[in-house]
Formats: sequence, C-alpha cells, structure tokens
Amino acid sequence: MSKKLTTSNKVLIAKVVIHLAAFLPLLNLYYLAFYDQLGADPVQRVIHFTGIGAFNLLLVTLIVSPIAKKLKQGYFLQVRRLLGLYTFSYAFMHVLNFLAFDLQFAWSLFFNEVVERPYITIGMITFVLLAALAVTSLNSIKRKMGKSWQKLHNYSYLIAILVSVHFYWSVKSELITPLFYMLLTLVLLAFRYTKLKALILSMFTSKTR
Amino acid sequence: MLIKTQSNSQSNPAIRSSEITDESVYLQRRQLIKTMGFLGAGALIGSTVSKTANAGFFDSKDNDSNNFKTTPLKFTADKDNLSLIKTPEQKVISHNNFYEFGAQKHQPAELAQNFNVDPWQLTISGECDNPITLDYDDLTTMFPLEERIYRLRCVEAWSMVIPWVGFSLANLLKKVAPNSSAKYVVFETLHDPKQMPGQDDRRLGGGINYPYVEALRLDEAMNPLTLMSVGLYGKTLPPQNGAPIRLVVPWKYGFKSVKSIVSIKLVSKQPATTWQKLAASEYGFYANVNPNHDHPRWSQASERRITSGGLFARNRIETLPFNGYGEQVAHMYKDMDLSKYY
Ligand code: HEM
Repeated sequence: MSKKLTTSNKVLIAKVVIHLAAFLPLLNLYYLAFYDQLGADPVQRVIHFTGIGAFNLLLVTLIVSPIAKKLKQGYFLQVRRLLGLYTFSYAFMHVLNFLAFDLQFAWSLFFNEVVERPYITIGMITFVLLAALAVTSLNSIKRKMGKSWQKLHNYSYLIAILVSVHFYWSVKSELITPLFYMLLTLVLLAFRYTKLKALILSMFTSKTR
Repeated sequence: MLIKTQSNSQSNPAIRSSEITDESVYLQRRQLIKTMGFLGAGALIGSTVSKTANAGFFDSKDNDSNNFKTTPLKFTADKDNLSLIKTPEQKVISHNNFYEFGAQKHQPAELAQNFNVDPWQLTISGECDNPITLDYDDLTTMFPLEERIYRLRCVEAWSMVIPWVGFSLANLLKKVAPNSSAKYVVFETLHDPKQMPGQDDRRLGGGINYPYVEALRLDEAMNPLTLMSVGLYGKTLPPQNGAPIRLVVPWKYGFKSVKSIVSIKLVSKQPATTWQKLAASEYGFYANVNPNHDHPRWSQASERRITSGGLFARNRIETLPFNGYGEQVAHMYKDMDLSKYY
C-alpha cells in the first residue's frame, strides 16, 4: 500500500491546504464581524485583516518559485495561480470593506479619497494591477496573450513594492511593522536580482531608443 | 428601514432600530457565539485578528473577564442627554487608543489589567498660589461627582457616546488659584515602563515619545464642559480608559483627552504636545473637531458612530463643528483662523 504520491496528487493536496488556510479565516472573519463579535469596531478589523492578508498572500505567492527552484520541486509552481487569485480576492474584499462598510457607499467620498489621498491612490493603482493579473490568469486568455502575458505578470514585483508603500503610508505612528514588511518585500525581490536587472535595463533601453 | 431617532439638536445620528441593542442582549449573544466556537481555521493569513477577536475559537480561557476591579460611584445623573444612544459599555472598555498599553485598539484591555492605581498621586502645580497633591481617595471625594454623557470623536474618524463620571476641571483649578502668568495647562500621563509596556517598546508603544503630554489654553481648561473623569458607566474607570483619573474635552479630538494623569501644571507658554511633536502637519495643538479641516490622509467631514450592530450597521454620520458643542465653546475661538490653528 505504500504507493508514492503522484505529482498531481501532491498538487491537489497543496491546493486543498491553500483553500482551507485562505478561505476559512475569511469565513470566520465575516461571521464574527456580522454578529458584532469582532471587537468594538468590526469595520476597522476587517479592513486591516484583509489588507494584511492580501499582502501576506502576495508574499507567499512570490516566494513559491525561489523555493521550488531551491528544492527542485517543479510542481510547486502549479499552486501559484491559486495563491495569486486568493491575493486578489483578499484585496477585493479589502477595497469592498472600505467602500461598503467604512464609507457605506458614499461614492463621492470614495472617489475623493482615491484622488486626494496619496496612500489610497497607490492602493487603487495596486488594486487595478492585481485585477489585471487575476483576469488574465485564465488559461484561455493566457494562451492568447503569448509573450505579453509574462510581461504583464512581471508587474507582480511592482505590486509588492506599491503595497508596502501603501501600508507604510497608512499607519499613524507604528512604523516598525510596515518597515518589516518592506524589508521582506525587498528580500523577495533580491532573489530575482538578475531577472529584475534585465527587466529594468530593457525598460531603460526601450525608452531611450 | 431607516428610523430617525429622536435626538437633541446637537446630534442627528440616523441609526437603524436593530442597532439599539440592549446591553444584556448584546452580551448574551456574544456568549452564545463564543460557546458555539467551531471555526478553528487559524488566522495564518491575517495576523492582525487578535486573540480577543477569536475568543472562544482558539482559547478556552475567557479573555473578556477583566481582572481589574472597578467600584460603583455616587453621582448625580445627566438628565439632559438621555436621547443620545450610548456606546455599549463592553465596547467602550475594549476599544481604546492608549499606546502605553499597545498601539492596537484591543491591546489596552488585554495589557492593562494589572495596572496599579492605588496609591496614586496627582500634583497640580506651576503658576498658581495653592499647589496641591491629591491622592487616590481625594480623586473621588474632593468634589461632588456628576455624570456627563458626551460624544467622543476620535481623530481617526470614529466616535462613541460615553457616560462619564467626574467633576469640572474648573473646580480643581479654582482650588489651586492660577496666578496672572498662568496661560496654559499641561497634563502628563504616568511614566512607568514597568507597568506600561508600550513605554519601553517602540513597536508596542506605537513609536511615540513618553511620557504623553497634552495641554489646553487656560480658558479651555476653565470651560464648564471640560471634565476630569474618574469613572464611566457609573463605576470607577478601568485602566484601559485612563484610571484613576483622566481628562475629557468633548469638542476636541480624543487624543487631547489624556489618560492616567499624574501632573497638571499651569504654565505661561504654549507647550509642545505629544502628537503635535510627532507630526505637526497632521495633529495641531488645538485639535478642535472640525469637519472642514481634513487630516492630510483622510476626510474629517463624517465619522462612524460606534454603537451596537455588526458590520452592516449604517452608522456613518456627519461630523459637527466642535463635535456639536459649538454653542458652549465656539466663542473661545471667534477671532481665530481655524484652518491655521487646527
Ligand atoms: C482602492 C484600493 C484600496 C483602498 C481604498 C485601500 C484602503 C485602505 C485603508 C482605508 C486602510 C486602513 C488605514 C487605517 O485606517 O489604518 C488600508 C490599509 C492597508 N491596505 Fe489598503 N487599500 C487599497 C488597496 C490595497 C491593496 C490592493 C492591498 C494589498 C494587496 C492593500 C493592503 C493594505 C495593507 C497591508 C494595509 C495595512 C493594514 C494594517 O495596518 O493592518 N490595500 N488600506
């Protein structure tokens, strides 16, 4: 009976674990928040939880390929899309929390805040980029996009930097946590030093031409 | 369904009837949900859902039982503000900005329970003829206590309605007799890193400098609304709300209402205050509630009133100039440009 797990089984198990770890906390969160069991101000709590959650998931998504390389476990790469989609889902809930529960659909206030507050502007840009990555993660679209798909998805590095700026800018005075996240982001980007250097150089040359 | 609740002219919160939850029902529901505890997924994804938030899901211990003992007070009731819908006591004592005990709002209720308030010394000194030092018992016995139901507007754009118990600061100041050089009143919170872990830890303490210092102009301090609070909801203050004595200045943002005070000093020059020192462009000396002057990073035009009701509470209301206390306080600022002296 000691049959070795096939790769597809391993991927399946990894995916189930990701679903459980990402979805159940959300369920728990909104259950508590709905019944007013999430501290005195559930609105603030859900905004923070989903914001940090999105960032954590983004960082996990970005660390998958360095780990897969290091451990020579190519199948790891197959969970990146799921992680990316959960990142987007958390970010989506984060923005929705802000709009629906904090601003309570005061649309004009929402647009004002997006335009007037630099940290919200950055959040919005980040969100739009994440949405673009989420939509293009469909296999059919991916195939159609060909090479430009990879180009677009290279924005995930920019997204990570933007989120860390958004986070840093959003806090009142406790800067240690956002600085720690910024450091984590830089470490993750450092793993891709060669790739990023090539990317930046190519941007530079294409501009000057 | 939207019911405009009857309220006095100074506040007009439109609050759904379902929000006006009786306190005991609220607590009962809370208990029920806790004992149902089943979703133990772990908050791996979002590290900021705290222990209390998930009480009953991960801990068998009851996190809510505050072990700090408060005692009932004798006071005259506030009959003028009964129409204000109060924030449930459980929320008032579990959602606090008191960075000395942690910069996240749930932390003071968790980390302040062993705070020692007796013995306590409050010194009133500086430019006055009769400086005095009060000890713990004096705080509740020196003046007759009265209840004041006030709106509290946080600079972060949320608000509560809290039934404080205390006495007018003016009574205390009259006792020490300020002299003619006295122009400002400076308040200082206890500095005791052994008891207040945030004072010793930049992350926990939110990166502000201690001791916490706040100040008022003398006329603001003498205004009848300015309260020295020693209690809330009829009992002595819990430590997370600033035991044993704190300031309450209802027409200013909450950070002016300094907690756990050990020193009140009359001075001749406007002092530097904690938040102003940290970010003068965001937090001014006056910090009067002003819907027309935004915080650089968010709007101050409206606020979320925290009462009961969960995520779907429609509790965003307009912010009023001077938090609705303009009649009593606006005259003090009539010649001032409030967008400059924010
Ligand atoms: C339109 C887009 C966005 C808006 C309006 C927005 C709004 C906000 C607000 C209001 C806060 C809380 C500030 C506070 O009161 O302390 C916040 C914090 C945060 N946001 Fe966003 N955000 C946006 C996009 C994003 C995206 C796309 C991400 C991540 C992928 C993100 C991650 C975070 C993080 C990590 C925090 C800090 C949470 C904490 O302090 O615990 N945000 N954002």
